[in-house]
Amino acid sequence: MTKSELIQRLADRNPHLYVRDVERIVNTIFDEITDALTAGDRVELRGFGAFSARQREARVGRNPRTGESVTVNAKQMPFFKCGKELRERLNGK
Amino acid sequence: MTGRTITRADLSDAICHEVGLSRVDAAELVESVLDEVSDALTRGETVKISSFGSFSIREKAERWGRNPKTGEPARIDPRSVLVFRASHILKDRMNGIKTSGDDDLE
Repeated sequence: MTKSELIQRLADRNPHLYVRDVERIVNTIFDEITDALTAGDRVELRGFGAFSARQREARVGRNPRTGESVTVNAKQMPFFKCGKELRERLNGK
Repeated sequence: MTGRTITRADLSDAICHEVGLSRVDAAELVESVLDEVSDALTRGETVKISSFGSFSIREKAERWGRNPKTGEPARIDPRSVLVFRASHILKDRMNGIKTSGDDDLE
């Protein structure tokens, strides 16, 4: 399922809303999560899962082609942990 | 870093402001979005949200682990796990890199 298919499904379920509003709603949700992660905040959606930002230390890596050492800067990585309810649903419980 | 935790209520608020729905309707829409994503995943589909990331299901085989308390071998049943793969746009934004380009989700 892609984002546009998600929007279409929601529009079908909510005939009182314009498709463009459904699109804005979906975009708002994912934009809010992105903004929170960018600010280093956590997003907790009980039953679904939680998004958080994990810090990666700076390290010395290697260019795999040449074998040369390169410094890799410290960075933030998004991390998602599946919620208990969804995990159980995925396993047919 | 502000160390806040964003919840469904914050997402509903954002929708209220952005689209002008009532709080109740906005909360319902947040739930519907999460339900649609969960339903698709439960059907075994991959969910791709452009410029955000993709959620997919990975099947784990049965394996033998150990009960960490007793050291006894224990069977770990085969199971499905949810994997989230962030898009480059999300990763770049989190690291202050501005991307104008298109999406990387295949």
